[in-house]
Amino acid sequence: MNDRASRSVTLAHGGGGRAMKDLVDEVFVAAFQNEFLSPLEDQARLPLNGERLAFTTDSYVVDPLFFPGGDIGKLAVCGTVNDLAVGGALPLYLSCAVILEEGVRVELLQRVAASMARTAQAAGVQIVTGDTKVVPRGACDKLFITTTGIGMMRPGFEPGAHRALPGDVVLVNGVLGDHGAAILCARGDMALDTPIESDCAPLNGLIGALLAAAPGIRFMRDATRGGAATVLNEVAAASGVAIELDEARLPMREEVKAFCEILGLDPLYLANEGRVVVIAPAREADAAFAAMRAHPLGAGAAAIGRVTSGEPGRVVLRTLVGGRRLVDMLVGEQLPRIC
Amino acid sequence: MKYLDEFRDPQQASKVLSRIGNLVREIDRPLRVMEVCGGHTHAIFRYGIENLLPEGLELVHGPGCPVCVLPMGRVDDCVAVAAQPGVIFTTFGDAMRVPGSRKSLLQARAEGADVRMVYSPMDALALARDNPGREVVFFALGFETTMPSTALTVLQAEADGIGNFSVLCNHITIVPTIKAILDSPDQQLDGFLGPGHVSMVIGTAPYEFIARHYRKPLVVAGFEPLDVLQSLWMVLAQLSEGRCEIENQYARIVAQGGNAAALQALAQVYELREFFEWRGLGSIDHSGVRLRGRYARFDAERKFALPNVRIADPKACQCGEVLKGVIKPRQCKLFGTACTPQTPVGALMVSSEGACAAYYQYGRAA
Repeated sequence: MNDRASRSVTLAHGGGGRAMKDLVDEVFVAAFQNEFLSPLEDQARLPLNGERLAFTTDSYVVDPLFFPGGDIGKLAVCGTVNDLAVGGALPLYLSCAVILEEGVRVELLQRVAASMARTAQAAGVQIVTGDTKVVPRGACDKLFITTTGIGMMRPGFEPGAHRALPGDVVLVNGVLGDHGAAILCARGDMALDTPIESDCAPLNGLIGALLAAAPGIRFMRDATRGGAATVLNEVAAASGVAIELDEARLPMREEVKAFCEILGLDPLYLANEGRVVVIAPAREADAAFAAMRAHPLGAGAAAIGRVTSGEPGRVVLRTLVGGRRLVDMLVGEQLPRIC
Repeated sequence: MKYLDEFRDPQQASKVLSRIGNLVREIDRPLRVMEVCGGHTHAIFRYGIENLLPEGLELVHGPGCPVCVLPMGRVDDCVAVAAQPGVIFTTFGDAMRVPGSRKSLLQARAEGADVRMVYSPMDALALARDNPGREVVFFALGFETTMPSTALTVLQAEADGIGNFSVLCNHITIVPTIKAILDSPDQQLDGFLGPGHVSMVIGTAPYEFIARHYRKPLVVAGFEPLDVLQSLWMVLAQLSEGRCEIENQYARIVAQGGNAAALQALAQVYELREFFEWRGLGSIDHSGVRLRGRYARFDAERKFALPNVRIADPKACQCGEVLKGVIKPRQCKLFGTACTPQTPVGALMVSSEGACAAYYQYGRAA
């Protein structure tokens, strides 16, 4: 009722949950529809002269620009590298387009650019083209970055959200929710001082090791906005399966747990920038787990649940005390509860 | 986490559950226990407690979600104040999503109003200090849990001589509402889980009439799964022994006499309103408070001309019956179709502490 009365975009449309999906479907998917867009993976997979390219783009508007564990530049490289890597591609080249607000300090831009260069080097990609625009004060907030990336698909490898099967195992490469909690703390609105750092990291190395050990991986996605819960809902819906998570097995830092307890947030929906959700066939689950554990970015890896033949599209959590509850898509942004 | 993990222990939970099962069998009739507080509703769904309970024991999710019971007209007042030039409008996170008759505060913000989320009213007062040229309005809501922090902020504003800060007071008080539910002819409740954090402020004495006059047991409960289970067991034990008492399971937080300093601040700053409108339940006598005349200059109701229009709840909406335990959320005609968390029609779909939103969000897996 209210949604129909007011047809302007709200921040809820950017939260990575259902409101955003509905907006994207209604506006962009409807306008652009084609066979490469329609799978709505994090990257498009494009045939080109017998090879297959992976192609992706992402904009970064994080506030604050610098936060514990990273900055907007590191994020802009990691995010796009990860969007390529989770499709099974080898990330190769990135673009960097910036929108600058009048008055932003050049020294700040240099710090961001240096961070991008460092991260690109660590990820083994090159930033090969770019664009710079300046807008009047107030027309953007200091600095927005868009990076676009291309990579080569590994031959014969086609992970997808529609491929999960009952019996498959759900894995993640480490503790959940660090990035979302770090950003909320860094904004200072909560007046909470915590040592939580963003998990922001390029995952292509880890994913390379993972695929070498477990080539039958069905699906991978970095659990960014909307968190692990949103990714798993998308898989359950696309594959027509149910997913059952075990709360006792969800890896989470004590500080993040406490942060969420205080604010009434659910860490399953907090953003991550260095975490990949993996669905592995049962026969490869141990190999996948071991390969992740052997990599520095997978030391905290955990098997958190299973794909089941339950009601299609449902993600269910078996709680600490043995109850069961639905883990739905988030409607809008997560808001702290009153008391 | 220390002091939390102990209250989520699966072995202990299964022990308490088996004792609950024994008592339900022993009492041998359908039992309905209302958890009054939205925090309990949230915990019950968050931990999937409802589907662990034996058949014959039903939880009724009460009216203790201050965000849910906020009437639409009040949200319209907020939106009107937020739209005034020069106003910075502040409130708690989940209050921003509550629909008014035309829009929520989130939508007002999208359309240009300066609406900001704060975690404490003291943050709003700090904003007023930092922005002397603007009027900072804090939208105060909640039961006795959040009342003291608003009261102390008003006292601080007075002490500091801050003139550009005011409170739009929508604080409500739970006891008259429990009484209204008990007086309603269609209620079918056997006992209550009492609100934990409200009781931390007011103590346990205000509930005595429930045991004495209405002959129903009430156990003040904590918010962890084992707290909820143990409290349920305590209610059932009373029923099986034929007792009706006010007991306190949450003694690690709740003192019998409440918090004297907080009560003193409440008495100093607030006075009871004659009545207050609750979404889903209608007007309830003496169920809301406002600032006393002495603090009129911090009272946004007196500072601004509010539309103050009463907006009736949508006719098809059955929140009132859900609140009294007459029907379950999914028995409402609108549940999950016209009324969803994305487009809430009724009060109980608004916040994750509302029974319908909790059913929708967590409960459909059961």
